[in-house]
Amino acid sequence: MIRFSREQLAARVARDIPEGAYVNLGIGLPTTVANHLPSDREIFLHSENGLLGMGPAPAPGSEDPDLINAGKQPVTLLTGGAYFHHADSFAMMRGGHLDICVLGAFQVSVEGDLANWHTGAKDAIPAVGGAMDLAIGAKRVFVMMDHQTKSGASKIVERCSYPLTGVRCVNRIYTDLAVIDVTPQGLRVVEIVDGLAFDELQRLTGVPLTSADARATGRKAATLSER
Amino acid sequence: MIDKTVASVSAAVADVQDGATVMIGGFGTAGMPSELIDALIAHGARELTIVNNNAGNAEVGLAALLKARRVRKIICSFPRQTDSYVFDALFHAGEIELELVPQGNLAERIRAAGAGIGAFYTPTAYGTPLAEGKETRLIDGRGYVLEYPISADFALIKAEKGDRWGNLIYRKTARNFGPIMASAAKCAIAQVREIVPLGALDPEVIVTPGIFVQRVVAVDVDTRRSQPQAAA
Repeated sequence: MIRFSREQLAARVARDIPEGAYVNLGIGLPTTVANHLPSDREIFLHSENGLLGMGPAPAPGSEDPDLINAGKQPVTLLTGGAYFHHADSFAMMRGGHLDICVLGAFQVSVEGDLANWHTGAKDAIPAVGGAMDLAIGAKRVFVMMDHQTKSGASKIVERCSYPLTGVRCVNRIYTDLAVIDVTPQGLRVVEIVDGLAFDELQRLTGVPLTSADARATGRKAATLSER
Repeated sequence: MIDKTVASVSAAVADVQDGATVMIGGFGTAGMPSELIDALIAHGARELTIVNNNAGNAEVGLAALLKARRVRKIICSFPRQTDSYVFDALFHAGEIELELVPQGNLAERIRAAGAGIGAFYTPTAYGTPLAEGKETRLIDGRGYVLEYPISADFALIKAEKGDRWGNLIYRKTARNFGPIMASAAKCAIAQVREIVPLGALDPEVIVTPGIFVQRVVAVDVDTRRSQPQAAA
């Protein structure tokens, strides 16, 4: 099966970020979306440790330990960018001022619940950072993740088995197989990777999906229509 | 004449008592007041409750304080890092208490303490394990969690420049928790790269007004360069 590569996935997410958007890219895979934002669009990247207008990594040798991102990597500030303290930074997040945040995930439920901070393992040291603030605060929450775990289980689930980060907060899921919207009527497939049939995607997903086509032919799952 | 400057980092932390709650600024190592922390270790206060975003990196600064076993409890949002092995070992051995707080709640609880707010409702963590046991409320159809302020006996923060009235400016993302921690502590101690004469800081750009700061101490190490540099 052909899957979106990490780079293709990042480029696909970048396509949905419009000019003028205030955006927070989570640590890990979502950070790579920045490499695919078109240079002709002015997009404001926010980093929760206190900067807006974040630029790319500095040239080797030009790193400044006082200028880092939320992942504690050295970054730069674009002309016009700003620094601020943590309460202001989280007011931007929690106060609904960010247009989009992009987060990684362990699981997303059919209702848009997000689990991305803790596996629930007894001996794991819990660490949450700003994940819960982003999940509830941004106007739109995009999740970027593999469609399945390494053992082939669907990461889109009926109910998250991992501890939740936020309740009914995810708007759109980008996986290596598909782009799926979380709607009040259930999960709606917007796009499928080339060569993969809807039925096959449905088989790999494990929770009911609809697509524009499927809806037209009345194949929508009954369990979802009742929500 | 009011002069909040203190001659040395050791004098600045000399009255931190055993069992004190101490806020320590910084996000990772950016803005971490390492010299004040070293002075606190030398001072010897024990059974401390520490408030910081993280739980130390490698064996310097906050991690060194943990390693010296001076900390009973840490309140933070993200203890686990690639080089947080000092905390990790203490945690697994059951030798340190952890209160894990979502980062925005941590910032807002500190801000609330500084602003005299008794408690506040926030949607962050609603419906998650970090809200378990906490009071919740539906406001306009949305779930919120009641959170209380975090105040402290001392705040140790790092700023770029300060004056004898305690006015501070910061440098880039090293600002992070400094301004809110200064407001939330009974005694805020700022280590600065440079103490400047009164009036040298543009009043339009002062970030932390001196009312929030009790002590200012110059530290003659410029972390941006490998060579030590004398402070003004």
